[in-house]
Amino acid sequence: MNILNLFVAIPLAMLFALWISRNTKQIRTVMVTGSTLLLSLSVYLTIDFIAQRNAGVTAAQLYTDSWSWYPALNICYSIGVDGISVAMILLSSIIVFTGTFASWNIKPHTKDFFLWYVLLSLGVYGFFITTDMFAMFMFYETALIPMYLLIGVWGSGKKEYSAMKLTLMLMGGSAFLLMGILGIYYGSGATTMNIHEIAALSNIPTEMQYIFFPLTFIGFGVLGALFPFHTWSPDGHASAPTSVSMLHAGVLMKLGGYGCFRIAMYLLPQAANDLAWIFIILTTISVVYGALSAISQTDLKYINAYSSVSHCGLVLFALLMMTRTSCTGAILQMLSHGLMTALFFALIGMIYGRTHTRDIRQMQGLMKIMPFLSVGYVIAGLANLGLPGFSGFIAEMTIFVGSFMVDDTFHRTVTIIACTSIVITAVYILRVVGKILYGEPCNEEHKRLTDATWDERFTVICLIICVAGLGIAPMWVSDLINNGVGDIITILRP
Amino acid sequence: MNYFEFFSMIPEISLLAVFVVIFIFDLVATGRYRRIFHALVCLLMLGHIYVCIESGDKEVTLFGGMYYSNSMIAFVKAMLVFGSSLVVLQAHRWLRSTHALAKQGEFYVLLLSTLIGMFFMLSARHFLLFFIGMELASLPLACLVAFDKYRHHSAEAGIKYVLTSMFASAIMLYGISFLYGTIGTLYFEDMAQGLSGTTMQIFALVMFFAGLGFKISLVPFHLWTADSYQGAPTVVTAYLSVISKGAAVFTLFVILTKVFAPMTAQWQMMIYAVTVASITIANLFAIKQNNMKRFMAFSSISQAGYIMLAVISGTAQGMSAMVFYILVYIMANMAVFGIIETLQHNVEGGELTREHCNGLYKTNPQLTLLMTLALFSLGGIPPFAGFFSKFFVFMSAFDAGFLVLVFIALINTVISLYYYLLIVKAMYITPNDNPIAKVKCDMYTRISLCACLLGIVLLGICSFVYIGIDNFAF
Repeated sequence: MNILNLFVAIPLAMLFALWISRNTKQIRTVMVTGSTLLLSLSVYLTIDFIAQRNAGVTAAQLYTDSWSWYPALNICYSIGVDGISVAMILLSSIIVFTGTFASWNIKPHTKDFFLWYVLLSLGVYGFFITTDMFAMFMFYETALIPMYLLIGVWGSGKKEYSAMKLTLMLMGGSAFLLMGILGIYYGSGATTMNIHEIAALSNIPTEMQYIFFPLTFIGFGVLGALFPFHTWSPDGHASAPTSVSMLHAGVLMKLGGYGCFRIAMYLLPQAANDLAWIFIILTTISVVYGALSAISQTDLKYINAYSSVSHCGLVLFALLMMTRTSCTGAILQMLSHGLMTALFFALIGMIYGRTHTRDIRQMQGLMKIMPFLSVGYVIAGLANLGLPGFSGFIAEMTIFVGSFMVDDTFHRTVTIIACTSIVITAVYILRVVGKILYGEPCNEEHKRLTDATWDERFTVICLIICVAGLGIAPMWVSDLINNGVGDIITILRP
Repeated sequence: MNYFEFFSMIPEISLLAVFVVIFIFDLVATGRYRRIFHALVCLLMLGHIYVCIESGDKEVTLFGGMYYSNSMIAFVKAMLVFGSSLVVLQAHRWLRSTHALAKQGEFYVLLLSTLIGMFFMLSARHFLLFFIGMELASLPLACLVAFDKYRHHSAEAGIKYVLTSMFASAIMLYGISFLYGTIGTLYFEDMAQGLSGTTMQIFALVMFFAGLGFKISLVPFHLWTADSYQGAPTVVTAYLSVISKGAAVFTLFVILTKVFAPMTAQWQMMIYAVTVASITIANLFAIKQNNMKRFMAFSSISQAGYIMLAVISGTAQGMSAMVFYILVYIMANMAVFGIIETLQHNVEGGELTREHCNGLYKTNPQLTLLMTLALFSLGGIPPFAGFFSKFFVFMSAFDAGFLVLVFIALINTVISLYYYLLIVKAMYITPNDNPIAKVKCDMYTRISLCACLLGIVLLGICSFVYIGIDNFAF
């Protein structure tokens, strides 16, 4: 029995249990049990993985297994993880776990909400554990489609528009992606869809790489909020219910970065080297433009959504720099951004649930009314702008140091440009914190509001612990992902 | 001539036996026996699936090579019978209605005779047998389309169908006569050797393709589709959109690869254009449709375009992908039509539109979920079967080198997803104060919908069906 299969089996069992559960209590029991199991499983996986690495196991993939699925088409269900996937699985488990509590009182149709929610997480886990391109693509799309209903039915604001825009743009991305995957498969002439075996062959003709690298990269890049394909992200995040925003910004957008690294760059290294400059320019725009847009927003969720565009742009930016340090930084940034944004969206959701507005002009002095949430918000903000001691600092530091190591003018110039985002981030974070948290409450009705309930406190505290933990002790993550990043970098920079 | 050769055509002969039993039963049965009529038909048809599959064990060539059957053809026949039994299962409620009740027997008999026609189409290795089969499949269908003859729309649809159908047959026959003129034979095997791609033969190919293109309702031969689909009784629409189409696509594939093999470059170019047009135009038209049956008509045109991606490859892999696609398509489309059939009885005027679906989720959560899954499957969303079938179809076209075509088709999946999601949106999101009241399905419909649900969810994930299809001889 391969432990990785549990990451698909448990959500499946949860789907079934949710299907037959009859009341809210049973639904909550299923969700809490399931997500706790998943969390403990991923913690166990992480510890075991590090232990194996320390014991000197150097294989690229651990826990590998493969079952023939469609033998005539060389499609297998093959699984296996390296450090990067383990880190992503851990991140997903934390977000799914806290997201469950963040949607504790979701209404109406509680059962259906969680059914789609679990289907989404099933897709996410499946994507990270599989190493077969077909299976990866299948799970990738499985994770995308529940977003439509989750936003459309349980969202707020102009939810129908946002849900449709998000789904169609992401599906458009996966149309590109499918083209890329087929190109890789037939281009390599491989008799397998396993990415590691294709990478080992490394015989895709260069001219084919030039066609399929942009397709694959853009396909994943749409989900990673690559400029100019990021426009689904602000609307989608703003309209989604809290836990869905958390899961989406926290985990789903990481699928994009992970896929770019794992499939686009890993399998098409030649084109990745030659065409990187185009995408470096685009991601630099993402980074700076996202941050600048965040300044001019007045809706809390929009601010955070644009901030996500900026930070996810930084992930792709770092990956494209293709140095060991910058890629390590990119993975760290994925983890750190996932946790921070989840925390941010959770807090925004909680504040919105009380004040019924997300407009920063209509809120003031919340610190006096709901001190717990406000302090949480300040912490999330500081983590976001990269205060040392929190995860954001480590990640951005590593990224910029790593990027600056590439010694030519172009790479150094864009690195310097991208660095300005740190300052801009500080502007919009501090502005919002100052505006809504401090001062005297301006709205009489707000004075009657209450502070966080137990489930909300639990969510916030869990996430803060993770953010701070990652910031204070980042070394174990480096241990975890070192081999994984190393393997890919060796192929990219022979 | 050895008359015992007739008995080797097991699927046809046994279907004929079913036909005769039903015919006689209809004549003699009265009173309480009539009540079991429907159940009897369903059982006979389900039993016939088994006969078809059993007959696939051995290869059969009869009448000097006019008739041919192997495991793949037997499987496709079984698949068509299966699809038809889904149609019959869903027809129960409609056949109980006052003006259809007296004609219950006719419905079965007409349906089965079209099915026999399709069997001959599939097994034909000679153009005359093929043509007879196709006519046998078309004419009774026109009667079925006009079955509700007191409904104005139905009669109109029937006449539209029969006129265009005859027109298409005439053009096709003209094309076949050209072929005969240039080669001097109508046997598929001999024709392949005689073809060389002269102008006359290309002309004949186009004529021939127009005839089948009509049955598959590809653009530009699709103009009858929307009206006929809307006017025909819903079960007949379902039959038209899956069974009739499936048989025609399979035959087209066989004839293009067996007969027109020397002219591959020519027919690939032709299908290329038709595929792009079918997918794109049908998708754009589908967005604007409000009537659900018209909507499904355009959706089925675009689905036919996707099936053409497998046909254009002309490989064994394409064949497997196509048969699998048809099977999955039968499941998903029958689910949608089953739901339309169920709902439209509760709608004033009997025409289900998208607005009627608004807020359906509140009253009929189960039907809504099934409809959503079926639409997702049609749109190619994993983990439902439609994703797998689409992926395989794309793979086969990509393998044959049609990269740009695959890309166009992929972009079109996004458009198709948009209009499928419009229905999902109507059902789940759009608020409505008085949605269609809670509907209770009859037992037969429920069985067929459950079968569809199982197919949609399991056909992709459980790979043995595809593996089985792939192992069949082609």
